[in-house]
Amino acid sequence: MNTQPTLFSPALAARFDKLVTLYPIKRSALVPMLLYAQDEVGYLSDAVIAEVAERIGVSELEVRNVISYYSLLRTRPLGKYHVQVCTNISCMLRGGNEILEHCKKKLGIPSKGVTADGLFSLEEVECIGACCWAPAAQVNYDFHENLTPDSVDEVLADYRAKAGNGEKK
Amino acid sequence: MADVTLTVDGKKFTTPAGTLLIEACRAHGIEVPAFCYYPGLSLQAACRMCVVRIEKMPKLQTACTTTVAEGMIVTTESPEIAQARKATIEMLLGNHPLDCPVCDAGGECELQDMTFKYGAHESKFVEIKQHRDEQQWSPVVFFDRPRCILCYRCVRVCGEGMDVWALGVQNRGVGSVIAPNRQDHLDCEECGMCIDICPVGALTSGAYRYKTRPWEMSHVGTICAHCGDGCKTTLGVRRSSDGMEIVRGDNRDKSGINGDFLCIKGRYAFDFANREDRLTQPLIRQAGADLRSVSWDEAIEFAGLKLREIRDSKGGSAIGVIGSNRTTNEEAYLLQKFARTVLATNNIDHHRTADYPAYASALSGKSEASLRDVGSARAILLLGNDPTEQHPGLAWQIRTNVRLNGARLYVANHRLIRLRRQATAFLQIRESNYAALISFLGGASPPAGAQNAAAFRNAVRKEESLLIVFGSEFCGRDIEALLKFGSTLPSVKFACLGDYANSRGAADMGLYPDLLPGYVPVSAAAHFTEEYSAGLPTQPGLDIMQMLDAAERGELDALYVVGANPVARYRRNGTALRDTFLIVQDMFMTETAQVADVILPAANLYEKAGTVTNTFGDLQLVKKAADRAGVRTDFELIVRLAAAIGADVKKLVPFGPRGVHADFGQARGAQSGEADRHGVWLSAHHLEPRLSPFDPFAIFDEIQRLVPAYDVPRLDLLTGNDQHLRSELVQIEKPVSRPDLVLPSNDTLFTSGSLGLYSKTLHSVLEARQPVETAAD
Amino acid sequence: MATFSTHTDCVPIVSYRFGKGATSIEEYIRLQGYESARKAIALGPDGIIAEVKASNLRGRGGAGFPAGLKWSFVPKKSAKPKYVLVNGDESEPGTCKDRLIFEQDPHAVIEGTIIAGLSVQAKMGFIYLRGEYRYLLTIMERAVADAYAKGFLGKNIFSSGIDFDIVTQTGAGAYEVGEESALMESLEGKRGIPRIRPPFPAVVGLYGGPTIINNAETIATVPHIFRIGAVEYARIGTERNGGTRLFCLSGHVEHPGVYELPMGYNLKKMIYEVGGGIPGGKKLKAVVPGGASTPALTADEIDIGMDFDQVGKAGSMLGSGGVVVLDETTCMVEFALRTMKFYAHESCGWCIPCREGTDWLKKTLTRMHEGGGVENDIDNIRYLAENILGRTFCPLGDAAAMPTIAFVKKFRKEFEAHLDGRGCPYRHATEPEPALV
Ligand SMILES: Cc1cc2nc3c(=O)[nH]c(=O)nc-3n(C[C@H](O)[C@H](O)[C@H](O)COP(=O)(O)O)c2cc1C
Ligand code: SF4
Ligand code: FES
Repeated sequence: MNTQPTLFSPALAARFDKLVTLYPIKRSALVPMLLYAQDEVGYLSDAVIAEVAERIGVSELEVRNVISYYSLLRTRPLGKYHVQVCTNISCMLRGGNEILEHCKKKLGIPSKGVTADGLFSLEEVECIGACCWAPAAQVNYDFHENLTPDSVDEVLADYRAKAGNGEKK
Repeated sequence: MADVTLTVDGKKFTTPAGTLLIEACRAHGIEVPAFCYYPGLSLQAACRMCVVRIEKMPKLQTACTTTVAEGMIVTTESPEIAQARKATIEMLLGNHPLDCPVCDAGGECELQDMTFKYGAHESKFVEIKQHRDEQQWSPVVFFDRPRCILCYRCVRVCGEGMDVWALGVQNRGVGSVIAPNRQDHLDCEECGMCIDICPVGALTSGAYRYKTRPWEMSHVGTICAHCGDGCKTTLGVRRSSDGMEIVRGDNRDKSGINGDFLCIKGRYAFDFANREDRLTQPLIRQAGADLRSVSWDEAIEFAGLKLREIRDSKGGSAIGVIGSNRTTNEEAYLLQKFARTVLATNNIDHHRTADYPAYASALSGKSEASLRDVGSARAILLLGNDPTEQHPGLAWQIRTNVRLNGARLYVANHRLIRLRRQATAFLQIRESNYAALISFLGGASPPAGAQNAAAFRNAVRKEESLLIVFGSEFCGRDIEALLKFGSTLPSVKFACLGDYANSRGAADMGLYPDLLPGYVPVSAAAHFTEEYSAGLPTQPGLDIMQMLDAAERGELDALYVVGANPVARYRRNGTALRDTFLIVQDMFMTETAQVADVILPAANLYEKAGTVTNTFGDLQLVKKAADRAGVRTDFELIVRLAAAIGADVKKLVPFGPRGVHADFGQARGAQSGEADRHGVWLSAHHLEPRLSPFDPFAIFDEIQRLVPAYDVPRLDLLTGNDQHLRSELVQIEKPVSRPDLVLPSNDTLFTSGSLGLYSKTLHSVLEARQPVETAAD
Repeated sequence: MATFSTHTDCVPIVSYRFGKGATSIEEYIRLQGYESARKAIALGPDGIIAEVKASNLRGRGGAGFPAGLKWSFVPKKSAKPKYVLVNGDESEPGTCKDRLIFEQDPHAVIEGTIIAGLSVQAKMGFIYLRGEYRYLLTIMERAVADAYAKGFLGKNIFSSGIDFDIVTQTGAGAYEVGEESALMESLEGKRGIPRIRPPFPAVVGLYGGPTIINNAETIATVPHIFRIGAVEYARIGTERNGGTRLFCLSGHVEHPGVYELPMGYNLKKMIYEVGGGIPGGKKLKAVVPGGASTPALTADEIDIGMDFDQVGKAGSMLGSGGVVVLDETTCMVEFALRTMKFYAHESCGWCIPCREGTDWLKKTLTRMHEGGGVENDIDNIRYLAENILGRTFCPLGDAAAMPTIAFVKKFRKEFEAHLDGRGCPYRHATEPEPALV
C-alpha cells in the first residue's frame, strides 16, 4: 500500500487506499477523500491539497477547482463546532432568520465568523433538508430541528460543555 | 460520411452529416455569434450566444452543440433570437467595466462587436460594478477579472491544446473565476495562447498591454525568426522614431502551417528587434585601437579593399566565410556565391544543427513530410528530440492531430518527454542506443534495457502509413539506416529536425565547404560554373572548425561572419582571432563582434523580404514588417561588399531590365531595394524587369533555376504562403557527411541561441523561474 | 432524527416499514424485504421493465419522467459497463423526503438499486447522498455491508449467478449536483457542471457507460411495486400517475411533516386536513406546490389534485413534492428574494444567463426589499427572469426564472408597495397589516 509519508492518521490513510479502489476511476474518490481529510484535519490546508492531489493523480489546481465548487469544503479553519442555520424558505417561514439573529447575538459573530476561542463558527446556509421540522440548523453534521431561541441556547450550551469535557467533535 | 440537406435562413445547402450547425452555417456564409465556441476545442454551450431557432424544437437551441440533420429548418436571426442575445450581453455588461478606450482588446473585442450589433447599450442595473485589481500571473500573462466573460477558451486551449493545464475555473455561480495553477501565478509554457484566444481583454500580454490600439498597427504576415518549425506570425508594427517597431505577434487568422499556434518565441520574442542596443552605426578598428563609428561607405570600402588585397596576394584560401541559420535563402545563396565567385574560396560553412547532407542523400527518391502533413498523418513515429521544448509548433501539430483525428503517436526517446502523454506507445531507450533502435525496428534484437520493445515494434510496423520524425540524435549513417528501414514500410514520409528559422535553407543553399546549393559537390560544379560564368574553386574548403582553428593559429587572414556568433557558440577565445581580419555583420555586439575589425549593422528576418525553408522543407515567404534606421539587410551588404572588392555586381545579382545597366541608387537603410516584383511577375511572366541589385527575388529566380527542389510553382508560393519543396534534390554523388560537425543547440522553450539572449521577454521568464529551479535542486 | 408524520388519508407503501426498525437487515427481511429482488431476478430484464412501466411510476426527482420508459432507453448491448446511479442529493428547498427513506428504510434503496441494475444488466450501482446527510452515510454503509454479508450484493447475488456491487458516498454541498449530468460529473470527482445532452445518460452516462439515474424515492418505491404488484400500485394513483408519493408539507401549517398520500390528492385538503390548516387562523396567501423551483399558486388556485398532470395544468409543477404554505403575513418580495438568493448561491456559474441573471435578480430584489426600489425594477425583474427562462444550459436557470415570473405576475401589488422608499411594508407597518393581494 502507500508507504510515502502522510499527513493523515493511519486509519484515514488506509481508508484512502481502499477508497481509490472502489470506483472504476481513481478520481471518483476525490470528493469523499477531501471530506474525510477535512473532518480529520479541520480544513483543507495546502499540504492536504498536495497530498490528496498526489494520491488521486491530478494536479493541485484540479483539486482546488473542485474544492472551491463545493460549499462544504473549505480551505480555512472554522470553529470546532460549525453552526449552520438554514434560512431558506421553509425555515424562513417558521423563524429561521430569528434563529440566525439569535445565534449571531449569542456567539457575538456574524455569519461566516469564528469565535475568538475558536470553539464556534456560524454560517447562514441554504436548505439542509429539514423543511418539515423547521426551523433547523446543523452543528457540524448533527441536525437540530424545530428550534426556538431557547432550544438554540441549550444546543450551544451542550456543545460548550462537550468541549469542556475535552470530547472530540 | 453521408451528406444531409438543411435550410438555414431560407438558404438550402448540403453538408456532411455530423457537422456542427455553427460550422455548417459559417461554411455557407452565415455567421452565428459565439463566445465560448472555438473550433477544435471541446464544446461548452456556456455563453448561449449561438442560440438559433430550429423548427419543431420548443426552445432556442445552441448551434455550437447541435449537429446538422436531414431536413432541418433553422433561423439564425430573428427578433426573438436578437432579444435573447441582447439580454445575454446586457447581463454580462452589468458588471463588465466599460473601459474599452484603454482596454487592449478595444477595437478587436468580440463583446464590443456583439454589443454594437445587438444594441445592448442601455444598462438596466443601478448597482455599482464590482472592481477587482488586475493581476499579473507571469511575465507575459495579466488577468483583469471583471472583464472576463467566462467563455473558458483559455482553460481549454491551455489544457486540451497545449497539454499544460495551467488554468482552471474556481468557485461557482457569479463568483466563478479563471485561476492559475500556482494560486497567484502561472507555471506554464508562457505561450500566450490564452491571451490570443481571449475574446475580450481579460487576459492581456505583458509585451503588448497599454502600448497601442489595434488600428494603429499595420499587420504583416511573416515567418518567425526562431526555431526550425517556421511558424507563420502576424506582426503588428507601428511607426517609431527610428523606423517601424514590432508591438505584437499572433496568428489568429490561422493563415499559416501552424494554425493559430505560436509559442512564447513566436509571440513575444520579436522584442530583440526593438532593443536600444542594436548596432546602427558601422564600426571599424584600426591597428589595435578601439572601435570607432564610420560612414557606411568608409566601412565597406575599408573591408572590401582589405579582402581584395588578401585574395589577390594570398588567394581565396586565406579567407573564410561563416554564414547564418537565420538569414533568408537568398542571402545564404548569395553569400556562398560571393565566397566562391568573388572571394574565390570554398572556405564557407555555418553552424550545423542537423546532418542535412546525410538526410538529403538518404532521402533521394523517398518523400519528405511537410509540417502540414504532421497535422493529418494517421500515425507518427517520433525518434529522439523533445518537440515540446525544441519544436513547439511540431508538438502542437502532433497533439492536435492525436486529439482531433485520433492519430497514433509512437515515441522512442532516452528522456521522458512530455509528448509521451499523447503517445499510443512509448519506448524508453538509452541515449547511446538510437542506432541500435533502428536495427531493432528493422528486425534485430531490442536495445539493452528497453521495456515492451517488441509490442512497440509490432505496432509501428503494422501502420499502413507512417510519418517518421527524428532529431539530431541521428546523424550520418544512422540517418541512412533509418530511412532505409522506413522504406520497408508500405507508405512513409520523413522529417529531420534541425534548430533554427533557416538552418535548412542554409544547408540547402550550400553554406558548406564541400557542397554547392542543392548539395552539389564542389567537385562537380558544372552547371554552376556555366551559370556563374566564372571558374569555381573545386577543392573542398575549410569547415567551420578548421577555419576557427586556422584563425587562432594565425593562418587565416580574413574571416567574414554573417549573422553568426562562433566565438560563443564554439566557446572560442575571441582574442585568439586577433591576427585575422574579422568582418562581422550582425544586429548586436556579440562575443564575436567584440573582437571584429569591421562591424556592419544588419537587419533581421523581420526587417527584410525573401524566403526561408523550415526543417520540414516548407518554403515560405518572409515579408518585411519592421524597420530600423541605420541597419541594412545582409543581402545589400554582401552586394555592396562585392562592389567594393571590385566584382561585377551584375554577375552576382542578375538585375537590370534585359541587360540595361542600372546603378545602385540609394537604399534607405534596412528598407533596401526590394521591388514589388510579385505583381510584375504575375502580369508579365517572362519579362521580369530586374529592377535593383538588392532585390532578393532576382536571386530567388536563380535559386529556382539551379536548385530543382526549389522550383515550386511561384504562383502557389505567392498565393498560398507555404509550399513544400519538391523532393528531387540535386544529387550528383553521395556527399561526405560530417556528424562530428553537427552541434544541436538544444534550445528550450525559453532560449533561442544567441538571439534569445537579446529578448527581454525570454529573459524575464527565465528569471521568474530561477528561484523555483534552485528550490527544486 | 427526522420524524415521519401520518394521517388517516395516508397510504403507507413506501413508508410501509418506517418506524419499524427496518434499518436492521433482519427486520427488513422479516417485513418482506429482498423478496422483490428475488422476484425481479426471476422476471429478467424485460419482465422488470414491463412491471415498472405497468406501475405508472413517475420519477420523484422533479420532472416526473416515467421510470420504466427511462430504463427501456438503456441499450441492451454496450461496450462499456452500465451503471445505476441513485440520486440522493435532495437539495430542493421544501424537500426532505429522501432523507427519511434513507434513515428509516435504507435497504429499500439498496433493493431498488439492485432491481434497477437487473433491469439493464448493470453490474454496479452508486448511491449518492447530499453532503449534509453525513449521518445517513453511516446508516447506508452499514446497510450495504449487511447486504454483502447476506450475499444480496457482491458476487453471485441471491445465488443467481449475477454480480452486483454498490458504492455509497456523499457530495460536498451543491444543489446543482442534484441535476443528473452534474451528478455524474461530481461522482467522477469533478466540479458539478452539467453535461451537454444529447447524449443522454441512458446512452452515455457515468464513466461513459449507459446509466440509469433515478431519484432515491423512485428507486425505493420499486421494491414496493414488486411487493404489492404493479397493477395494484398503479390503481392507487391517478391516470398516468401511479401510486403514492411522499409529500413534504412545510411552512405555515399546523402540522408540518412528510406524509405519504396517493397521487392526485387534493392540495386544499392536504393543507387544511392533513396539515391541520394555517396556524392562528390566518388566511392562506400562496402555496409553492413542488419545491422552490415551482411557480407559486395563489389561494384560489389550490383546489387541484396533486399529480404531475393536474399541477402542470394549473401552471405550476408537482416537482419534488415539497409543498410550502405561505400565510397572509408573508412578504412575497422577501420570499422571492430568499428564493433567488438560493439560486444565485447555487448556480454553477457555467452559463451566462443563469450565472449573471440570478445575481442581478438577487441584487435587484435585495435593494427593492430594503426600500431602494425604483419603478423600473419590477419590469426589470420580469425581463431578466423571462430572458433566463429557456435560455440556460440546464434547468436550474428555469427553476430560478419560473417562480420569479409567477411572483411578479401574481403579486405585483406587493412589489409596487415596496417602492415607497420605506422598505418592506410587512416590516414597517406593525399594524394594521396591509391587505395587498
Ligand atoms: C437544478 C436541478 C437540481 C436537481 N436536484 C435533484 C435532486 O436533488 N434530487 C433528485 O432526485 N433529482 C434532482 N433533479 C432532477 C434530476 O436531474 C433527475 O431528473 C432525477 O434525478 C431523475 O430521477 P427521477 O426520474 O427518478 O425523478 C434536479 C434537477 C435539476 C435541474
Ligand atoms: S443554468 Fe447554467 S449556470 Fe445555471 S446551474 Fe445550469 S449550467 Fe449552471
Ligand atoms: S457558442 Fe454556443 S453557447 Fe457559446
